[in-house]
Amino acid sequence: MRVAPEYYLSLAGLMFVIGVVGALIRRNAIVIFMFVELMLNAVNLAFVTFARMWGHVDGQVLVFFVLVVAAAEVVVGLAIILLISRNRGSSDVDDVNLLRW
Amino acid sequence: MEMDIPRIELAGIAPEIALTVAALVILVVHAVLGNRFSTWYLPYLATLGLVVAGALAVIVWDVNDLQLSGMIALDNFATFVKVSLAVFGLLTVWLGRDYLTRDRLEESEFYALVLFAVAGMMLMAAAADLIVMFLALETFSIALYVLVAFKRRSTEAQESAMKYFLLGAFSSAFFLFGIALAYGAVGTTNLYSTGPEADSLFRFASAGPSTDLDLLVLAMGLIIVGLGFKIAAVPFHAWTPDAYQGAPSPVTGFMAAGSKIAGFAALIRVLDAILFPLRWDWRPLVIGIAVLTMIVGSVLAVVQEDVKRMLAYSSIAHAGFVLVGVVAANDRGVSGSLFYLATYGLTVVGSFAVVSILAGPGEHRTRLTDYRGAFYQRPLLAGALTLFLLALAGVPVTSGFVAKLVVFGAAIESGYWWLVVIGVLASAIAAFFYLRVLVVMYMQEPIEGVEPAPSGGWLANGVVAITAATTIVFGLAWGPLIDAAEHARFFVAGG
Amino acid sequence: MIEIIVFGVVFVVALGSSLAMLFAKNAVHAALFLVATQIALALAFLLEGGQFIAAIQIIVYAGAIMVLFLFVIMLLGVDKKEPLIEPLTGQRPLAIGLGAVLAAEMLWVAWRGIEFAAGGGDAAGRLVDTNQDPGNVLAVARVLFSKYLLPFEATSVMLVVAIVGVMVLARRMGMTTPGEVAAGAGEESDLASPGGGATG
Repeated sequence: MRVAPEYYLSLAGLMFVIGVVGALIRRNAIVIFMFVELMLNAVNLAFVTFARMWGHVDGQVLVFFVLVVAAAEVVVGLAIILLISRNRGSSDVDDVNLLRW
Repeated sequence: MEMDIPRIELAGIAPEIALTVAALVILVVHAVLGNRFSTWYLPYLATLGLVVAGALAVIVWDVNDLQLSGMIALDNFATFVKVSLAVFGLLTVWLGRDYLTRDRLEESEFYALVLFAVAGMMLMAAAADLIVMFLALETFSIALYVLVAFKRRSTEAQESAMKYFLLGAFSSAFFLFGIALAYGAVGTTNLYSTGPEADSLFRFASAGPSTDLDLLVLAMGLIIVGLGFKIAAVPFHAWTPDAYQGAPSPVTGFMAAGSKIAGFAALIRVLDAILFPLRWDWRPLVIGIAVLTMIVGSVLAVVQEDVKRMLAYSSIAHAGFVLVGVVAANDRGVSGSLFYLATYGLTVVGSFAVVSILAGPGEHRTRLTDYRGAFYQRPLLAGALTLFLLALAGVPVTSGFVAKLVVFGAAIESGYWWLVVIGVLASAIAAFFYLRVLVVMYMQEPIEGVEPAPSGGWLANGVVAITAATTIVFGLAWGPLIDAAEHARFFVAGG
Repeated sequence: MIEIIVFGVVFVVALGSSLAMLFAKNAVHAALFLVATQIALALAFLLEGGQFIAAIQIIVYAGAIMVLFLFVIMLLGVDKKEPLIEPLTGQRPLAIGLGAVLAAEMLWVAWRGIEFAAGGGDAAGRLVDTNQDPGNVLAVARVLFSKYLLPFEATSVMLVVAIVGVMVLARRMGMTTPGEVAAGAGEESDLASPGGGATG
């Protein structure tokens, strides 16, 4: 007996929303970025679920691209975060003013 | 299940390949030859790459084809955007040369990243598949994140890069979820059908209201949100002022011109070509965004004290004006938006060129008060800036006026006259802050004892001259460019 | 039957750890919860016939990417607790309200929008057949290197851009500015190129 795609999609949707909320309410740059990764994971789940729904592997291939993009983004993002901490001589990335007119 | 190797047709991606090769050559040559003489050949290598890319884009004008298993659309729409991008890239490289020398920044990486970014933007304009669109978006975004942080020593640049990066990654996740849902609804991410049997978003959307569209409508909303970040539309604009302020001015100009035209190219292709049958579903959302963007951009620009931030809000407001053309969703709307983006890009690159020269080494002078009496110290630059600001405000005889006219005309044609009224009101508010800069430049005395910024090199001055000339020329003789924009049609299956 | 049980576990673990991420004060804890989520998702991929993707999910995500995250967190100092005060008044309720609306929308669409899109016939069964006959890896490879050839090449360019970018960012400050004294004090700390290892 199979689990209907609706359940998988609900999980993906909920995870995506948690990612959105987390990215909006957290302050630490690295943690915000982790929530973005959570959103990407939710996208992967949606892709794989749809791939099964359509009965082909295209969706699984798309997950592959998401993975590569996530890797590239992580590299650049963490380099920027490190740059900030290195420049200030401290590990303080919290007080970067992310909300300014 | 046999493997079905696509025919390798390179015409569609030749410009991107040329740019990638040029960027790699620049990196390797610089690594081998070292810093000596690098200012003498690197910009010209980049120029060569961009010129070749532009030429390769132009020679496929009037070809209407789908290539590489339906991943690339070869149409005049893409060509128009690609040529504009090549021009923006050229101006950025020339401007960058003097800037990099003045502020002693890495050269080869700057040019290489600009070329990569242009390649990504071009791919985005030609993408006929959502996943290609996404990868192109990521390619140029990553290049831009780094370019924004290029003044690595400046805390401001780092913070703005981080903000830009976090919000950019956040928005690409939205875009990606939209792609996933569209894939779920249609079973493919292709925008156009590759054959009579093949599914595509276009076919699915055209199938009429009988199909249950919930999944696709949500996908559409998420895609609009994702692209809305890239074109800096309200309420997805929060990164814009900081990124524009912290980035080196040549990069800011490039972002304002290139990022915007690439993002809009994708948005226009998705909304006005592919999802045209669903326009009654996406129009309310896009109209809401357009109204907010025009008003918030114009109003917040008025209170800015920093010229770069002010131009950032002005660029937000301009995104709103272009969205009016997108909402119109008719032929004049599409060609008008393209014309708007091309002329706005030239103007905004020009204004950031002036800002970059006047800011002086290290870009410390970008506040409005630093422009006091600029006219008496640098009459030509101040004159050029005046021209650019008038064009941004949409004063007649400049290209900005013609651009607003076509876009608003298209909206009236579609019956959205009230949107045009809001647009005109926003332009009136916007005119106020452009005037404010002019007043400071002409009516106030320069501060005593402050040396004016050193004059720019001949390339930077050349960029100012070229953009100023085009701003006037397209304001007086707009015919050829409008014609080209009108011929910039989308791919039509079987056409 | 087994799918229902395993899915139940996946659902609880994935959702539970995602929620726990929201409330984790320590960045390391958040990272570990994310790893748990990703492993649960890999299980879900297995259930849905994506064996290759499940393996990649563990290797690349839970392996490379999360290790990089932890590495950077450790580098910046683990003992710091994030202040959970509101950065901007009203932002938190606004974000949660937005999230609630989005969640409702997603669930509504997931439960209503799918009926039509079933792909016709026993589509899920077709995927099982594909996984039997050429095998999942072969099937993925065939699609990846034929239909998705261009995107595949595009990712290579994207990775080059990321590498070049990281090289620019990670270079020691002041290397190109012999005459200038850089402003930052901690610039000479020998942090090696921070992201070099992650692209592989």
